[in-house]
Amino acid sequence: MKNLALLATLVTGALLLYGTKDFPAWGDPQAPASTYLSPVYIEKAVEQTHVPNIVTAVLGDYRGYDTMFETVVIYCAGMAVLSVLWRKREK
Amino acid sequence: MRDIHEHTAGEDLIIKTSVRLMVPFIQVFGLYVIVHGHYSPGGGFQGGVILGASFILLALAFGMKTSQEYMTVSANAVLNNLGPAIFIGVGVLCTLFGGLFLDYSALDKLIPLGPVEWRSFGIFLIEVGVGVAVMSIMVLLYWNLSSGGAMDEGL
Repeated sequence: MKNLALLATLVTGALLLYGTKDFPAWGDPQAPASTYLSPVYIEKAVEQTHVPNIVTAVLGDYRGYDTMFETVVIYCAGMAVLSVLWRKREK
Repeated sequence: MRDIHEHTAGEDLIIKTSVRLMVPFIQVFGLYVIVHGHYSPGGGFQGGVILGASFILLALAFGMKTSQEYMTVSANAVLNNLGPAIFIGVGVLCTLFGGLFLDYSALDKLIPLGPVEWRSFGIFLIEVGVGVAVMSIMVLLYWNLSSGGAMDEGL
């Protein structure tokens, strides 16, 4: 069972590393993120959301799902700790 | 601050006095970081952590019971759930008014402020939700981990 888990981890890791081979180089100006996504955020964010801080506009609006599930992750962490640890002190 | 001397965790006068002076300013700064996230670095996560840290500081200096006088365990439980509920509730409200999930401009039909202003205000609403959730869950994690789950007395 332990070997199986190790094998699954190694195979997944190898697949992920293989996948990064096709990624654009770090900071590549021709990468899709640099050619249309970032310029659109920079040019349109203030006009579309009236939020001067583009980071907040991306975080709260364009990537609202991401932020929502970050909050859910924190919630799950709290509930997990509560469900594992919470008890009444024995008198 | 009433009952401050009943639960004496640390007996140090300097620590107690400085914490008593610092906590209100920390909390005001936490609120500032949340509401000023539109204009400066900050937002729900950062402000929530600062607000949570103020309660943890109270618990460290005066004992867990004192911090639970300012945020009771039941209030903490309500806030834990209220934070994500605000966030997801705003998203669901958008769908009820004909937009996509988390498309705040749809809320213009609820209160006409203009779609662009609603996107700005919607971001503010979800930041408040994030801040409430992060603050209460940080405090909950501290209470549980430092007391072994009993939430009565810890560090």
